[in-house]
Amino acid sequence: MTAFILRRVLQAIVVMLVVALVAFSLFQYVGDPVQLMLGQFATPEDRVRLTHELGLDQPFYVQFFHFVVNAIHGQFGVSLRIGKPVSVLLAQRIPATLELSICAALLALAVGIPAGVYAGLRPNSWLARTLLSLSLLGVSLPTFLIGILLILVFAVILGWLPAFGRGEVVHLGWWSTGLLSKTGLMSLILPTITLGLFQLTLIMRLVRSEMLEVLRTDYIKFARARGLRDRAINFGHALKNTLVPVITITGLQLGSIIAFSIITEQVFQWPGMGLLFIQAVSYVDIPVMAAYLCLIALVFVTINLIVDLLYYVVDPRLRADRPGGSGH
Amino acid sequence: MNRPLLEVRHLRIEFPTRRGVLVAVDEVSFTIGPGEVLGVVGESGAGKSLTGAAIIGLLEPPGRIAAGEILLDGERIDRLPHEAMRRIRGRRIGAIFQDPLASLDPLFSIGQQLVETIRTHLPLSEGEARKRAVDLLQEVGIPAAARRTGHYPHQFSGGMRQRVVIALALAANPQLIIADEPTTALDVSIQAQIITLLKRLCRDHGTAVMLVTHDMGVIAETADRVAVMYAGRIVETGPVADVINAPKHPYTVGLMGSIPSIVADRDRLVQIDGSMPRLNAIPPGCPFHPRCPRVFDRCLHERPDLMDAGSSRAACWLYDKVPA
Repeated sequence: MTAFILRRVLQAIVVMLVVALVAFSLFQYVGDPVQLMLGQFATPEDRVRLTHELGLDQPFYVQFFHFVVNAIHGQFGVSLRIGKPVSVLLAQRIPATLELSICAALLALAVGIPAGVYAGLRPNSWLARTLLSLSLLGVSLPTFLIGILLILVFAVILGWLPAFGRGEVVHLGWWSTGLLSKTGLMSLILPTITLGLFQLTLIMRLVRSEMLEVLRTDYIKFARARGLRDRAINFGHALKNTLVPVITITGLQLGSIIAFSIITEQVFQWPGMGLLFIQAVSYVDIPVMAAYLCLIALVFVTINLIVDLLYYVVDPRLRADRPGGSGH
Repeated sequence: MNRPLLEVRHLRIEFPTRRGVLVAVDEVSFTIGPGEVLGVVGESGAGKSLTGAAIIGLLEPPGRIAAGEILLDGERIDRLPHEAMRRIRGRRIGAIFQDPLASLDPLFSIGQQLVETIRTHLPLSEGEARKRAVDLLQEVGIPAAARRTGHYPHQFSGGMRQRVVIALALAANPQLIIADEPTTALDVSIQAQIITLLKRLCRDHGTAVMLVTHDMGVIAETADRVAVMYAGRIVETGPVADVINAPKHPYTVGLMGSIPSIVADRDRLVQIDGSMPRLNAIPPGCPFHPRCPRVFDRCLHERPDLMDAGSSRAACWLYDKVPA
């Protein structure tokens, strides 16, 4: 177990270093910072001095090393556009994105898995067929279109829900939450549906097809021959086997929810990291872009690690280092 | 013999398809007495496994029992509601399937699977069920049974897994076990062990067995009586020694002749020309007539039922006492 975790953590570190290298090399393409900072009337001596002070005369790998050390401490420099440290900007924006993403993921799981199980168990019922047809819409409609349609119906025509923003937020230490105020919760509904709908339909279709597959296996047939109750077969044996592949996909999707919240945040003017990133792109605000890149990579790597560990818990076949195995 | 344990009467299994109804099993009748071992042989597609699946109520749709009845201890079980049939499966009729590697749920330890099966059918506490699980594993010859209950299926070899499957089938002490090709997927060296084990356990527990196989050797070794199936019908049935030594139906004669033997010094193996008809093209009259070396006029038009032929019964006009 320890060896397994250690191996995965090492792999994660390698991935993070590669991403950091990409983020670091972004800086090489944005012109000369020394020139920018000194302005027109600097002497060559000023140039040499500042280049030395900024450490830009040092070899590439030393600069990269400093970049990584700073990144580990959360220091990505100062935003070129806003003039505040990137770490402060991100810290302000993280709660909004995380709350939105987690709500969307919970919605996708809480509706997607039961709907998928139902559609797998009763593939010929009218409800299952309806769910399946509707899910095609969810998979094929682009996120921004869903968002705009929802705004049109629920904010513009019906006027039930706010069309943009986060509503009123409550500050708990450095964390700002929209979950504790009525307007905050109301504002959360449309973006959550917009962001979660694609994942919801994806999870539902995946669970359904896996469930159908598993129900055809010999061990389910044998479980029936053993006279087990339907509930034990469907929700004990079949569902557990279904969840093995579902865990992977869901884990990866969770990462993409956070990463792709960019579009939803843009549509709803949601003050999260995605919106910050979009604005950074249009102003070529490299420090913010680099920090965002590293942060998203960290999210993906962490989720992958958790997925691997979950696998390990769910599937005994992976626990190969257990004693007494007859070899495989 | 008293009332038979299992009685199958005029069973007919159909598959409705777009191009009409396929009859996979037709007019199949047989009985199994308490503690008796009935071997069912035939080529693949003869309807052996379907008959077994019909008895435990696990025919896969669209397959359905179209006619006939199945009686267990004198009670009809082919029309039982889902839940009542579930209580019979595992409790009164156990089953063993062909592939032991695929029969066990990979995500549950064998102890969990045994305890679950035992507690579904018997009013035992968790602890008592656990003890029974260990006893069962010991009985099927799993070494260090108590320690191995926590192990998962992938940690066992093929032969050991089939032992676990047998333990699961016996978990609630059923009166009848349907063993569908229980040794086909195993190494030859393991096959004999498993057959011996199955035979011993069923003798000890007084369990009757319906042994479905295409392996005549296994039948000769194990069964009391044998039923030979061809194209969805039983063509010959009788005590195992008689059917093997003095087969009556020309198909059985061919089947026996095609088994290599060391004792009988034959230059060539007998071969049955042609192949079993498809379900949608079963010929009229006797379904075997196009391949039969002793075919005569009547076989082309009239379908023979089982009739007495010495100590066995055969579905063949050769044994008709009153020629038409």
